Amino acid sequence: MRDVAIVAAGMTPFGELWHHSLRDLFVEAALEALRAARVDTVDSIYVGNMAGGQFVGQEHLGPLMADHLGMRGVPSTRVESACASGGVALRSAFFEVASGLSDLVLAVGVEKMNDGGDVTGVLATAADQELEAYHGITFPGLYAMIARAHMAAHGTTLEDLAAVSVKNHGHGALNPKAQFQNRVTLEQVMASAPVAEPLRLLHCSPVSDGAAAVLLCPLARAREFTDRPVKIRASAMATSSMALADRHDPSMLDAVTLAGARAYQMAGLGPADIDVAEVHDCFSIAEICALEALCFVDTGKGGAAARTGETALGGRLPVNTSGGLKAKGHPVGATGIAQAIEIVEQLRGEAGDRQVADAAIGLTQNMGGSGGSAVVHIFERV
Amino acid sequence: MAGIVGYGAFIPRNRIKTEEIARQWGKDPEVIRRGLLLREKSVPGLDEDTITISVEAGRAALKRAGVDPHLVGALYIGSESHPYAVKPSGTVVAEALGIGPEVHVADFEFACKAGTEAMFVALGLVESGRVRYAMGIGADTSQGAPNDALEFSASAGGAAYLFGSQHLLATVLETYSYTTDTPDFWRREGEFYPRHGGRFTGEPAYFKHVGAAARAILERTSLTARDFKYAVFHMPNGKFPLAIGAELGFTREQLDPGWLVPTMGNTYSGSSPTGLAAVLDVAAPGDRILITSFGSGAGSDAFVLQATDLLPERRGRAPTVRSMLDGRRRYLTYGEYAKYREKIIVND
Amino acid sequence: MPSPRYWREVPTRFRLEAGRCTACGKVVYPARRVCPACRSETFEPVVLSPRGTVVTSTVIHAAPPEFQMEAPYAMAIIETPEGARFMVQVTDCEPGEVEPGAEVALEFRRIRKEGKSGILCYGHKAVPAR
Repeated sequence: MRDVAIVAAGMTPFGELWHHSLRDLFVEAALEALRAARVDTVDSIYVGNMAGGQFVGQEHLGPLMADHLGMRGVPSTRVESACASGGVALRSAFFEVASGLSDLVLAVGVEKMNDGGDVTGVLATAADQELEAYHGITFPGLYAMIARAHMAAHGTTLEDLAAVSVKNHGHGALNPKAQFQNRVTLEQVMASAPVAEPLRLLHCSPVSDGAAAVLLCPLARAREFTDRPVKIRASAMATSSMALADRHDPSMLDAVTLAGARAYQMAGLGPADIDVAEVHDCFSIAEICALEALCFVDTGKGGAAARTGETALGGRLPVNTSGGLKAKGHPVGATGIAQAIEIVEQLRGEAGDRQVADAAIGLTQNMGGSGGSAVVHIFERV
Repeated sequence: MAGIVGYGAFIPRNRIKTEEIARQWGKDPEVIRRGLLLREKSVPGLDEDTITISVEAGRAALKRAGVDPHLVGALYIGSESHPYAVKPSGTVVAEALGIGPEVHVADFEFACKAGTEAMFVALGLVESGRVRYAMGIGADTSQGAPNDALEFSASAGGAAYLFGSQHLLATVLETYSYTTDTPDFWRREGEFYPRHGGRFTGEPAYFKHVGAAARAILERTSLTARDFKYAVFHMPNGKFPLAIGAELGFTREQLDPGWLVPTMGNTYSGSSPTGLAAVLDVAAPGDRILITSFGSGAGSDAFVLQATDLLPERRGRAPTVRSMLDGRRRYLTYGEYAKYREKIIVND
Repeated sequence: MPSPRYWREVPTRFRLEAGRCTACGKVVYPARRVCPACRSETFEPVVLSPRGTVVTSTVIHAAPPEFQMEAPYAMAIIETPEGARFMVQVTDCEPGEVEPGAEVALEFRRIRKEGKSGILCYGHKAVPAR
């Protein structure tokens, strides 16, 4: 297997982008990456998208996107793993380059959520249809149950959850592409509308449109496209039971634990080697559970991490410097790639006000559904 | 000789008080309470209907009978609020109870006496030897039109009866049915609420048919009111069953255990069948029981039953009617009631 | 809800029919072909008791369209005496009163109505026991 590098990135702002269709979003992000690398065609494309069919009635996104990039003929495949669709698109691109099959592969994540579809219903298709969605559970409802289980097992409080949102909004305020650039206070989070108890509106990531793209090539050729390539040191994936009821412990994200362990092993690194991380805070409890599953903190100690500033910029391990899904936004299929872009910018020293000093190794954790799938990548400055 | 081998009832846990409905329409609740002898009624939740009520009542009946559901050869459900206009309630209930596929199923309809008609046919099939066991259920979630007198009484509930010819909990000594064409209360296809003939629903409808059926069955069996321990009549409101009971010579003691309407409301096809279940919950071996239903349109079915020695030991296998009426329940505001009864207009 | 999809689930939804793996004893609800614990493919049928204990729960405020009139409503993961765990709505209660460890009974209820003209979908919901 060859070493693989990311040599360019492109991203739309995330938010309510009324003027952009699904295909508009994809093209904008992809072109930004292609132009940065000064290439006008690629060997292969992977499109990460969860629900184009349900949100805008459009399947078959592979050829559609290649077509709209002026690349008819180029192999192009849509891959899906609910909210981890971006992560699996990156992973698929990684395989194709690492295997030697292709040299230039574009991985783009895209989601258009604001064209009028029933978002709650569509997102619930990431849950178990026959066992969970049939009975009336929602996505926030699943994470609310995870939160309750975590609170009961470890004494995590609602304020701990709120502290995650406050931290991530603080970071998002420094990110010009973030959906929300306002800070929020603990009081505002605690007073926001109930969504699924105990989660309130400001514990939940928003509904967003957006796209994010990265260009991969063999590390050996990276300098043809950029003077600051970032190496993909590990790519790992794991699954867990689909239904929350079937997890051996609803407060533990075992897919993340497994994917994290595989990534650390592939990279020959441990959690202490990570300088900066983007984790999947679809709901603030998810960041808390992910920190534990990735062994950044001990089991049960995730609640304290945001509360004490450990995971804020300037802290021991800055997490979600982009603003996370909460403040940056969560166009579902795009998130996995957007996480990678934040780490790439950190490792290239291009994160501006969000820069973590001397970041050399970064990690992304992207997750689908209530934790049924998890994808972890580790990146290295070269 | 055939009779009841198992019985069961189900009453939803939601309630609304007469005062709350009266307050909504600017009426004096005392007048309603005194006039109709109604204090509160049951209200089905958004997740309840004739099918769900029938399943729970049917489960209780099978538990008391101790019979393998696959041996049930016929299942009839009588209601005026079958959830589908076309597609039987009975097939859903049969599958849920584990009955079939070798089974006769049909839905019955005759206003408030559809339940007792289903019971009569189930009994007849067992008596003829055609099937070993047959179940007849009366259940309803009928609607009362807003600001109409019937809104105070229309409620939800039902009871199920399994008939067989062995290990009887109550024998059926006689049946009688009296039917004429009397348009006292009706609902046309597509209409949400029924209409009724006001005071015409009294003498020419309820009293004429209940009286005729009850008198005829007493004559046929050569029995008088004093030969019975209990009597149950259809309960459209609190007053009518007490009035016909008194007219026929029954005392309050005989009527009270089956007189559920003041706190249950009128469960239409479930009304007298649930009253009968409440009586079976307390009857002693040898007690004779009269039940006479009434269905608008109009007709009455009467049964004379007698409790057996087996009744006291089997009835503990499932909840009693009183435990459902008096047990855990939730009182609704009129707004919640309107939401549950889908009286609020929403887009599809 | 398309008819065939709903119809296939009737034994599972209406009668709580599950499967017990004959190799490792795990009770799987709904029944499936491959045991998630040991990958064996031999099962014996088992019918779950209509009762259980709450493992964890929530109250849904922002509901999907089919459930909006019922909101807020409680959802819970419950465990039956046979060891099967699954998700149900908890009904006939104040939604906030559902707590882990609470005992519930399972009752037959209408789960979904597909507007004014679709099929009616039934199943079980939990009701707090006395």
